[in-house]
Amino acid sequence: MTVLNPLFAISAQTIGITLTLIIIGLGLAWLFWRSFSGKEVDRRIIFIFIFFSVAAPILFKISFTFKAIPIVSALYDKVESLPAGSTVLISYDFDPAMAPEVQPMADALSRHCLSRDLKIIYMCLFPTGQGQLEETFRTVVREEFPNKKDGIDFVNLGYKAGGEGVLNVIVTDFEKMFPTDVNSVPYGDIQVFDNIKSCQNLDLIISIGGGRPGIKEWVLFVGDPGNVPMAAGVAAVVAPQLYPYFPNQILGLLGGVKGAAEYENKMRDEHEQFKDMPTPATTMMGPQTLAHIVVMAFIIIGNILYFRNKRREEG
Amino acid sequence: MKFISILFVFLLSLSVSAQTNDIDSTSIIVDDSLTQKIAPPTSVIVEDFKYDDGDNLNIHWVPSIDDLPQDGKVIRYRIYQSVNNGEEELIDSVNFSVNHKKIEGLDIDSSYAFVVSAVSKNSEAKSNKTISLQPEREWINFNLASLFLIALFITAAVIYFIETARRGKELFVRKIAGLEAVDEAIGRATEMGRPILFIPGIHDMDDVQTLAAITILGKVARQVAEYDTKIRMPVARSLVMTAARETIKTAYQTAGRPDAYNDDMVNYITDEQFGYVAAVDGIMVREKPATIFLLGALFAESLILAETGNSVGAIQIAGTARPAQLPFFIAACDFTLIGEELFAASAYLSGEPKMLGSLKGQDVGKALAMAVIIVGVISITLGEAYDIEFFNNITASLKSFFSVSK
Amino acid sequence: MKRTVPLIITFVVGTVLILSVFIPPMENLGENFTLFFDIIAVFAFFLGGGNLVRVHFQKISRKSDDFQFSFVTLIGFFVMLSAGLFKIGNPGDIASSVTADGSLFNTIYQSVFVPLSSTMYALLAFFVASASYRAFRAKNREATWLLIAAFIILLGSTPFGTMLTSWVPESWSIFHIPNLAVWLMSSPNLAGQRAIIIGIGLGVVSISLRLILGLERTYLGDDSA
Repeated sequence: MTVLNPLFAISAQTIGITLTLIIIGLGLAWLFWRSFSGKEVDRRIIFIFIFFSVAAPILFKISFTFKAIPIVSALYDKVESLPAGSTVLISYDFDPAMAPEVQPMADALSRHCLSRDLKIIYMCLFPTGQGQLEETFRTVVREEFPNKKDGIDFVNLGYKAGGEGVLNVIVTDFEKMFPTDVNSVPYGDIQVFDNIKSCQNLDLIISIGGGRPGIKEWVLFVGDPGNVPMAAGVAAVVAPQLYPYFPNQILGLLGGVKGAAEYENKMRDEHEQFKDMPTPATTMMGPQTLAHIVVMAFIIIGNILYFRNKRREEG
Repeated sequence: MKFISILFVFLLSLSVSAQTNDIDSTSIIVDDSLTQKIAPPTSVIVEDFKYDDGDNLNIHWVPSIDDLPQDGKVIRYRIYQSVNNGEEELIDSVNFSVNHKKIEGLDIDSSYAFVVSAVSKNSEAKSNKTISLQPEREWINFNLASLFLIALFITAAVIYFIETARRGKELFVRKIAGLEAVDEAIGRATEMGRPILFIPGIHDMDDVQTLAAITILGKVARQVAEYDTKIRMPVARSLVMTAARETIKTAYQTAGRPDAYNDDMVNYITDEQFGYVAAVDGIMVREKPATIFLLGALFAESLILAETGNSVGAIQIAGTARPAQLPFFIAACDFTLIGEELFAASAYLSGEPKMLGSLKGQDVGKALAMAVIIVGVISITLGEAYDIEFFNNITASLKSFFSVSK
Repeated sequence: MKRTVPLIITFVVGTVLILSVFIPPMENLGENFTLFFDIIAVFAFFLGGGNLVRVHFQKISRKSDDFQFSFVTLIGFFVMLSAGLFKIGNPGDIASSVTADGSLFNTIYQSVFVPLSSTMYALLAFFVASASYRAFRAKNREATWLLIAAFIILLGSTPFGTMLTSWVPESWSIFHIPNLAVWLMSSPNLAGQRAIIIGIGLGVVSISLRLILGLERTYLGDDSA
């Protein structure tokens, strides 16, 4: 394995960043200039710009940090305030397609809870959520917390079909819906459930996802009737619909990659042990930021074109 | 003697407070061992759970005085149940600070008594046993009276206008651009000799959006059959496939061309969201349909489908009841049916008075909603700003009328 | 008869389900009917799966256009079906989870299905850009307001939004672009969405009544309405 000289590595990254910004900047300037002469931009050119603005920050690790907004801090503070031994349920209510946006928050939350010695009950309302759950087990639970024991510190209940029907049952009785965990261990033999009979005995429930069934169903069938503290991590497009739920029905919300990045940054800022943790959401904020800037540039170009053509028609 | 005992208790409490002031792990252990005894919850009351099938009871209690939000000794409450004056059995537990519990799954013919205990790390204090109570069945849920009245009002309005229209009264329904364009869109496909692609969303027949899409399909298919245009309908659910086939088949029969119908017009792709999208995008790019209908429950795939459709130059009519997806359709499609317009489409396209009457009835519901919103906004603003009791009362009444608790 | 029986079923089930909301002893009926639907839908999967296999076998046998893709579809279908059904390569016994680490099903899921799904989803980034370019033009006053709102929200999710308004005093923090973006999403945007949702709710009532009363029959393949 070749070990790069740090100086060389830094300069390669700097060169990469500079080149990227120059290519994107010059390209956009050229398109601005073209737009003044009334030439439309082909959609393929837009695609190339988006490709560069997404790929370059990943290759050259361009990232931006964000201060956590109150709705994100609220969830962080809740996890921090729970005493060791408290039980948290994390429900993976998403599929692989949504995973790039919400898997980072699921991983960060698992890491945060396990490091604070909270017990975690994992489950999912999406059939394909089970595969995503495996991903967290592989990259966070088994990798970073090898001493945590299945059944004692966490349990994986897996997927159960029925959506709202499942929630309606577990709000009063876990065993009825999950007589065994995903590895066929009987409910009675799982230590995590020693003091837990239903969702009402939990200290916090976090639904990660954004589709249906998702956080709205959790609030409707479990949070409100069972008087259980709820929080959520959702895709950015869903977040605005959930703002009114804060702070009464949900005590905190991570919205999209930005919310996840804010959570990761908060973990890194406030705990020495998380300084070197993987931060996929923060990494993703680089592409997202640059892509937003490119989209804004194209909106401006589109408007220049529009007014230019309008004037020409009027003239 | 009494003085000595008081002095002893006083000295003991001083020593305990001295230890707890100096917080470290040792002092906490000492504190726990000294204060094993905790006070039980009091005034435990059992009552019938209102508006159920006679299978629930409610219990509530005054929390133990040792149940404090910060550093309280109580960590949980345990609930014991005695059936028909039999032995007490532990049935459930709730977190500290909780003071009520709905007990479910009971037998209407049995009577139940309860004991609630406060639990600390190493002790438990039980309350007195409650009276024995038998759950009762109620036949009508009066908690939902307001919902019933609203439903009744809107249903009555819809039925009234259907009847009015049936009697021949002319009803005005505003023009819906997306539906006006259906004829033109089908005509365009016919002229260009290219197919029409109909996407009914990715949900099953239990979603009313899919039903709305299938009803529109009926009208579209009839015209398609008359014009002898080709229709392609890839679906994501098996039941939708069956229903769509039946609908198109009937449309062809009605148009007098049953021989032109072919089962392969509708084919199942996959239930998986993005697998379906990939297949539909492929069909769009390969077959270059002239017209695309994107109607029904569509999610993240909305923009992917609409932009691909736009790139092949198709005229696109979209409609969904998912507010989050509407902006994408408005940006990428030629016509968009916004929310309720999707449900109104079949009535609108049929042009039948009784169907149009149902739309008119729906407008009465909207008028009611607008009136309530205006009154609510005025009362809550004036009530909050000037603390006027009259407006506060209106706000409270509206809140209680429109809050539905089961 | 073919149409009358389904219409009667729709009327009876629809009416009973509405009443069950208000009559506690009938409360569980809704859940039961959902369960019946799920059971029927599961059996209907055989129809769908069968149709998929038939259509693609036909394409291959007739050597229709692009019939090579049908091979990929059929191989994918049968490999995944067998991997899940027979739990090929599962570390545990037959009772263990189908997605257990090491199973063929999980391997294909993680290394083929997940990247493919994410790729399709990722297309959104490209399409959002091209759609924004076309759609956000200041054609009239309403479109200009939308354009300004879109700009604020886009800026709000970049560090430039914070930088641009960092000079605004804390007491006017609502004018910080990220806060303004949250306000736009949670107030005007949400108000509009709620209006649409109310309309949708009433639309659902209206179409449901038409279905229950038998005015709407197209979904049964009846075009006489």
